[in-house]
Amino acid sequence: MRKAAVVPAYNEAGSIVAVVAEIRAADPEFEVVVVDDGSTDATAELAGSAGATVLRLPYNLGIGAAVQTGLQYANENDFDLAVQIDGDGQHDARELEQLLAPIVSGEADIAVGTRFAGARFYRPSVARRLGIALFAGLVSLIVRQRVTDTTSGFRAMNRRGIRLFAADYPHDYPEVEATVLVFRHRLRMVEVPVAMRQRETGRSSITIFRSLYYMGKVSLALFVGLLRPRPAAG
Amino acid sequence: MIDTRLTFVAALAVVLVLGTIVELIRRHRLQERYALLWIATGGVMLVLSIWRNALHSFSDLIGVAYPPSALFMVAGLFVFVVLLHYSTVLSRLSEQNKTLAQRIALLEERLRDRDRPRRAA
Repeated sequence: MRKAAVVPAYNEAGSIVAVVAEIRAADPEFEVVVVDDGSTDATAELAGSAGATVLRLPYNLGIGAAVQTGLQYANENDFDLAVQIDGDGQHDARELEQLLAPIVSGEADIAVGTRFAGARFYRPSVARRLGIALFAGLVSLIVRQRVTDTTSGFRAMNRRGIRLFAADYPHDYPEVEATVLVFRHRLRMVEVPVAMRQRETGRSSITIFRSLYYMGKVSLALFVGLLRPRPAAG
Repeated sequence: MIDTRLTFVAALAVVLVLGTIVELIRRHRLQERYALLWIATGGVMLVLSIWRNALHSFSDLIGVAYPPSALFMVAGLFVFVVLLHYSTVLSRLSEQNKTLAQRIALLEERLRDRDRPRRAA
């Protein structure tokens, strides 16, 4: 079974080596695919020397397109399974086995590591928690399945999931829309409780204006998405 | 009522704009497909500014008391359509741009992989 670990990274020179090493240590069967999203630092070189396959985007495309590039690689090279892990070290590679379990057993097409279903350490600010709860509620209504965290970028998927996302993946702040996309294509999704760490280096990309843009963009995408015809099963 | 000067100024402005568009196409700096909406805009403006009765009937029809306002309104409407059209063009371009960048990243990796000495699988 071929497994790919897709790691989107934008200027993560400070953490990328540790992230790659951690994934390889957790499960040596993984081919680590670092997608360098137009970094201006040494992210790509460091990832390469750490033993990762590196996909270098010629300029910054945003997290959605970066993740999609990695999954396109997995799709074209016939990987059976892919996980997505952030390049900043906030996802714990030791949780990979748990995250993969429902995929390997065939119980689901996509498994999302969430911080709330049985979370241990994660305490976001009130505003963030409200935003997350709002979208989680909205998405739960749309997909008619309880979803607790629509912001997690820690996911595992089988070939069906890889194929879907390689072909169609939202541009920026993609997680909420991606969740809806999964259900519209009739793929099975489960949430797996995982622990996440504080960021090791760099800073979160969330600011006030971006939060407002995030809310507006995601809401618009959700509602307009409902007006689109439902894709055929496949 | 519409002043003859207004007719003249409006018509002159439209002719200048249309001339500029034709010149841009001639120098290959503007593609025909993106010029068509502008030419349509200019055409309608030219007709409305010269043919006063048409402008009058039109402003009566839509309930605008002062015909020159109707002229502005039509111009504004057309500019709005052109801008919206550009937004769709921009969206398509950025989507194509993204796909292109992704293909480059994937192809570059394939090239590097080919140059690299084979690892044991």
